[in-house]
Amino acid sequence: MAARDSVMTPIATRDAGTGHAHFGRLLLAEWTKIRSVRSTYWSLIALIIAFLFFSWLFPYLTVVNWKQASPEQQANLYLDPIGSITGSGLFIGQLAVAVLGVMVTASEYSTGMIRSTLLASPHRVRMLAAKSIVFTLLILVIGEVIAFLGFFIGRQTFKSLVSVDLNSGNVREVFGVGLYLAMLGLFALVVGALLRHVAGAITGIVALLLVISNLIQLIPGRIGKYLYTYEPTNAGFVITAKRLPDNFLISSWQGYGVFALWTAVLWALAAYLLVRRDA
Amino acid sequence: MIEVRDLVKRYGDTTAVDHLSFAVEPGRITGFLGPNGAGKSTTMRLILGLDRPSSGSALIDGLPYRDLRDPLRYVGALLEARAVHGGRSAFNHLLYLAQTQGVPKRRVSEVLELVGLSGVAKKRTKGFSLGMGQRLGIAAALLGDPKILILDEPVNGLDPEGVLWVRQLLKALAGEGRTIFVSSHLMNEMAVTADHLIVIGRGKLQADMPVGQFIAQFSDTAVLVRTPEAEALRAAAGERGWTVADTDLDGALIVTGSTAPEIGELAAARGLVLHELTPQRASLEEAYMELTRETGEFAHRPAPAWGGADGRA
Repeated sequence: MAARDSVMTPIATRDAGTGHAHFGRLLLAEWTKIRSVRSTYWSLIALIIAFLFFSWLFPYLTVVNWKQASPEQQANLYLDPIGSITGSGLFIGQLAVAVLGVMVTASEYSTGMIRSTLLASPHRVRMLAAKSIVFTLLILVIGEVIAFLGFFIGRQTFKSLVSVDLNSGNVREVFGVGLYLAMLGLFALVVGALLRHVAGAITGIVALLLVISNLIQLIPGRIGKYLYTYEPTNAGFVITAKRLPDNFLISSWQGYGVFALWTAVLWALAAYLLVRRDA
Repeated sequence: MIEVRDLVKRYGDTTAVDHLSFAVEPGRITGFLGPNGAGKSTTMRLILGLDRPSSGSALIDGLPYRDLRDPLRYVGALLEARAVHGGRSAFNHLLYLAQTQGVPKRRVSEVLELVGLSGVAKKRTKGFSLGMGQRLGIAAALLGDPKILILDEPVNGLDPEGVLWVRQLLKALAGEGRTIFVSSHLMNEMAVTADHLIVIGRGKLQADMPVGQFIAQFSDTAVLVRTPEAEALRAAAGERGWTVADTDLDGALIVTGSTAPEIGELAAARGLVLHELTPQRASLEEAYMELTRETGEFAHRPAPAWGGADGRA
């Protein structure tokens, strides 16, 4: 009987390895998980293409329309050429990173994959840590590569108007693109883990990035400045900017620290709830 | 070995698992039965550490699942609900699981071969049929060559060939001394697969015993009798308080409340001729229905008659 043969042979030749599910193995496994779904590729391709395209487009339009530009606009370019190169690409590209970050955790719940994941690594905090590290490093590497590529594309495009050179004073603005995107990705991953719902988490984080972060500028007085400064994505974004917004209360690195602190606190909450909640 | 001790799981006001205690021993197939909503899946999820018990414990060789260092080599589990990402290929799904425990890559191909999915290993699982999904779940359960298997409705969605295959696989694995804990609502399948039964209803333990004992205990013993002297036998049985019923078979009687030897002895004492005396084996299904009649979560009302004889609905 054919069925009988297929039952018997693999049982006789089994070799299931040894050792326990340590952190290194979880890192490798989470990497496999991230690279084996298409949403990763689509999101990252969207990020790379959007960022590089806008790194060229905005400088190109500036050059083409230079004669019609107001003196104020012209002065702006001389003041902050790197912001002109990376700003619009970052504005679009951050959405791809946020969506992917949410997918990495929340889609485990929508598909039911979380049950397989937790059966394989019942030490849940260790699993969340492995997932966070793999995803954050992936976005950091890609973010830095496109930041510098985009910078060189933009610099070439700007050549006839202004020469932009990297120096110790402005390298932070370019390097900050990868730093911001990596922290945003981790922030989105944590939001996905907390809400466990893809659409809800994406809506929440996009609302935060595009609406809430700007709307709170309208709140008058010192409270408004505080809220604006300490809103996580505003706080993080200044790591990419030459000049701080007028109503910003702290330095670029402090801002990035605030974003990191928000992310760390929410990560701890997500880890706590992951252990407490039923999967 | 799986030990469940005084396990309780509450969701708000409902108690899904109510002070449940039992042990699942190695070397045999233990069937886990109960009506819909009895708490079977919840109990399995508690054993597997997916849900937290409200009180009590579920231990795998003395440890909670969450404390197992390489859980997939200890316990292989198939859950009723889908637990794969549809966008990932079958191979990558298993590869991920294998890598968490350091299970060699060739074992992934091996289990795919074993469940008959080698041909679709690189296909995304989104397009899998219910049966293929079930086979992938079984492959995942077998990946770490575990000592213990916990399977929730494993033959769900499988074709007859697949059902037979799972039955043989489970028997072979139990024969190697592994612990097999399997839930099913298919009584006939359980009757030919399981050695031991654990039955729950409304989250409480109803029975924990070998299959044979379960059938004997929860069904009326019935004996088919053929005799040319039916009326005399009927009267004699009536004196003893046994029930005699006619059957569709010409002249045959069904005696309940007694055993074949007792009937034979009665007939001999009265000098009655018997042509046939056959104990009727109750099926597991009948015994199960008898046991769960009062305990079922969903009491079945008789099916309504759609459209009466007078034509009114």
